[in-house]
Amino acid sequence: MRSRHTPSSSSRRPGRALGAALLGALGLLAACGSGTDSGTGDSLASADSIASVASTAETAADAFPVEIDTAAGPVTIEARPEAIVSLSPTATEMLWAVGAGDQVKAVDSLSTYPAGTPVTDLSAFEPNLEAIAAQQPDLVVLGFANDEIQAGLAGLGIPVLLQPAASTLDDTYSQLAELGLATGHPDEAADAVADLRAGIDEVVKGMPAPAGARPKVYHELDDTFYSASSGSFIGQLYQLLGYDNIADAADPDGSVGYPQLNAEQIIQANPDLIVITDAYSYGPADIAARPGWNTIKAVADDRVVVVNDDVASRWGPRVVEFLQAVAAATPTPAGAAQQ
Amino acid sequence: MTVEAAAAPGGGSAPSGRPDDGVIDDGVIDDGVAAAFRLRPGILVIAAAVMVAVLGLSVAVGPFRIPLTQILPAVADRLSLPGVHTTLTPQEQVILFQWRLPRAVLGGLVGCALALSGATYQGVFRNPLADPYLLGVAAGAGLGATIVIGGDLQAGWGPLDTVAAAAFVGALAGVVLAAALGRGAGSSPAALLLAGVAVASFLTAVQTYLVQRDSDGFREVYTWILGQLVTSGWGDVALLAPYVAVCGAVILALRRQLDVLRVGDAEAASLGLDPGRIRLVLIVAASLLAAAAVAVSGLISFVGIVVPHLVRLLVGSSNRVVLPLSALGGAAFLMLADLGARTLASPAEVPIGVITAFVGAPFFAFVLWTGRRAIA
Repeated sequence: MRSRHTPSSSSRRPGRALGAALLGALGLLAACGSGTDSGTGDSLASADSIASVASTAETAADAFPVEIDTAAGPVTIEARPEAIVSLSPTATEMLWAVGAGDQVKAVDSLSTYPAGTPVTDLSAFEPNLEAIAAQQPDLVVLGFANDEIQAGLAGLGIPVLLQPAASTLDDTYSQLAELGLATGHPDEAADAVADLRAGIDEVVKGMPAPAGARPKVYHELDDTFYSASSGSFIGQLYQLLGYDNIADAADPDGSVGYPQLNAEQIIQANPDLIVITDAYSYGPADIAARPGWNTIKAVADDRVVVVNDDVASRWGPRVVEFLQAVAAATPTPAGAAQQ
Repeated sequence: MTVEAAAAPGGGSAPSGRPDDGVIDDGVIDDGVAAAFRLRPGILVIAAAVMVAVLGLSVAVGPFRIPLTQILPAVADRLSLPGVHTTLTPQEQVILFQWRLPRAVLGGLVGCALALSGATYQGVFRNPLADPYLLGVAAGAGLGATIVIGGDLQAGWGPLDTVAAAAFVGALAGVVLAAALGRGAGSSPAALLLAGVAVASFLTAVQTYLVQRDSDGFREVYTWILGQLVTSGWGDVALLAPYVAVCGAVILALRRQLDVLRVGDAEAASLGLDPGRIRLVLIVAASLLAAAAVAVSGLISFVGIVVPHLVRLLVGSSNRVVLPLSALGGAAFLMLADLGARTLASPAEVPIGVITAFVGAPFFAFVLWTGRRAIA
């Protein structure tokens, strides 16, 4: 309510960013477990190997049972799942991307993309074992590690895929491959990964070479200046596009991921691009109206970009959309020369 | 038990033969006792000087380097003093006057409000551990504010707005509930505090439920837990300042009467005072102070307990001394804490509530330990 004097600014405060920071921390933890590449035997297929071997033609139906190395250990899926419950909005997007959408029976309350997902009131953040079991799933995808839920579902004989927040794009690729394998769509998953890689490459290749120093970006999570450093998933996307991230000064070793910055520092850092999300009701005009912010290059050059909050906070196939939005707002050397 | 029980030795050791010039005459209590109760101007000046020094430090330090020697001329120029012209760039002036100074002043006002509120509760309840947070006042204010924000009922006319009003109603409900429950449970100070804990837990549970129902807004609850002073411009200062001014004046005007109440309600009544009314006015003023501070800055804990106790340790226990010095000390304490919040991990921020709790919780334990006989 601190900001209620400006009617257009929001009452939401940094708790949201704290939640994001917790998500990031979970992602980092999980990454330690998901990066290991185990030997590929006849029955044991690791997600990474499937992702790289793009076209080993094997019909989906005879692939089962499959054993998958997940972030939470090996999981065996006996038959092609036909009643999947996804408790992760990103996993839901990925399930559709690998062509397993019609095998999904129920998704959590925030899994609203793509259109037509079977949204229920299941909670992704505080999952309820009985509510999940009532859907009689034959596969559950979780976005957060949750010992009770995982143990409970194991006790019911329901396989669980744990797909925590990605810390790198490689996590995204391996999660896509893992979902493809688990749902009987390994080839489509390989295609989805290839498409994603190609889409990202295209955006990166299309980036103008910086005329001088690397351009600087400030990613604003909320109006108390929580940001995302290069230690976060989204921060790595900015690196990919050749940006320096002003939040790195507050998080030099990348261990925080989502540091809270000081307004003075932001003004002084003078970013070339400011990215905000539509999660709050304030926009570029409100940012320009902050005292002294009109001296920031991004504001002066009208490079304050609003991106969809879901696109900016998920690590699924739509990262390409995010990269495109950022790339489109990047100053070209010619444009920079005219300034 | 009374406030003195947990007070510093300084409270009773003021020289009794001291000449009376320069002291505020109480006119109620005889001179022998009075010396210990009086606020010496020297101490007031020292406290004010400390506060001003901390304010200066807060304004001088930040990630944006502004030369120290340029700050005073810039302030003078800003005040349109003749013959002074600042060499600071417009950008540096904006940093100084639109970010750093309002944040420092806001911190000072919040600290002043919380410390004065805590000191008042301690005097009224004769309980050294009474505090806006322990009594459920802050939880009530938070619940009131949450209802208004969550229900999109925000509206305001200057400092009179629905968020502050709801926070005040909640704060008052919290303290009244705690006092009623505590009285029912017995007369010991612990009873009041335990009642306050119960009330705070209940109100916080209701608030958490309301926030959780809004799946998008549930993270907002962390704001209340951590507290913060991130601000730009003077809007929040303008919102809080009238409450601090009016409630502060009311409380300070009643500080002698509060001391008289310590002698006993019968004695106070015989001197023509109405103990019930005085307590009511003080509780309302203290709750309004706490509510206004919570409405602006979220939950910043322990200020209301650390500062008045430090004052008692240093200079004495009478309300006439503790109340004004707590107001100044609270301002200095919170500005210092915010300086820490801004600089410890610079250029990143540390939530200020973390800092006040880090300092305040051990201090609270110390107060408990030194006052254990009185509290048990």
